[in-house]
Amino acid sequence: MTSCAFLLCAAGLWAQVPPTPTSLVQKPAPAFVRNDLAGKKIILENYRGKVVLLDFWATWCAGCQVELPKFAAWQKKYGAQGFSVVAVSMDDTDAPVRKAARRLQLNFPVVMGDARLGALYGGLLGLPVTYLIGRHGKILAEFKGDTDLDAMEHAIQAALRQ
Amino acid sequence: MRLSFSSKVIVFIAVIGLSLVAGARAQSSNPAPLSATTVPQTDQMQPAELAKLLKPGFGDRPVLFQVGSFVMFQQAHIPNSAFTGPGSQANGMILLKKFAAPLSKKQLIVIYCGCCPWNKCPNIGPAYKQLHDLGFTNVKALYIASNFGDDWVSKGYPVEKGE
Repeated sequence: MTSCAFLLCAAGLWAQVPPTPTSLVQKPAPAFVRNDLAGKKIILENYRGKVVLLDFWATWCAGCQVELPKFAAWQKKYGAQGFSVVAVSMDDTDAPVRKAARRLQLNFPVVMGDARLGALYGGLLGLPVTYLIGRHGKILAEFKGDTDLDAMEHAIQAALRQ
Repeated sequence: MRLSFSSKVIVFIAVIGLSLVAGARAQSSNPAPLSATTVPQTDQMQPAELAKLLKPGFGDRPVLFQVGSFVMFQQAHIPNSAFTGPGSQANGMILLKKFAAPLSKKQLIVIYCGCCPWNKCPNIGPAYKQLHDLGFTNVKALYIASNFGDDWVSKGYPVEKGE
């Protein structure tokens, strides 16, 4: 269903897609400030003007492991056009996250999430969950669970053209 | 004692071979967690069935163990359930054993996670096996098809937040 919503969005028909009452789509992305694994302060609001792929993931999430290398490739491919991936790990501790970030050669900031951040985004009770945030700071699309990555890339391209 | 060239080659090959075997053993000591699909269908419980059991006055409540992530437990969990640690991790298995120790082997225990779709959940399979191996005979795994949010919280079943 998320994929269908995205396809309509990509076709410029977003207004015709009724968002669910709890959906964050078309709302400003909830702001947060966290340190990444290298200790650098990540302020989501500072990404205004860029297209952001905000990915909530965890090392125990099999689906997330499939997506992350793709996100790293997109960071490389679209970074110069104003595209940034920000990953939020919902792991309980950072040790396995550091290991995974090294193994997957993640080329974007990874911050540690928690229940408070999860609540800000409406409760993250299943992963992966990925938000596409437009240059103006509003959430353009939400991708939950197993996602069609081609569809996600098309959404990124459309957002970069805006 | 001096070794001939051929003896040295044999020793070298033997050392390499032993290293490879040791490496393979080290890798196999950390295998992928058992899939939730290893839980027999007869020991799976549907969310609606558990919700019915939790209604007041329904009789003896099952013991509930959340065997997934603590961050998820803090966000939402089934009332009166205990966080026993991720079934896919060694510390989770130790905690689960500790929580289960005082219980009767016939006690109805329901384990749940909901971190991921059922066929990708890394926690349910090992936790189920652990309880089974400990001799518990009435263990059910809550069948969460997609995730805890969609299959439990959004359905309006009872939820608590915090620790």
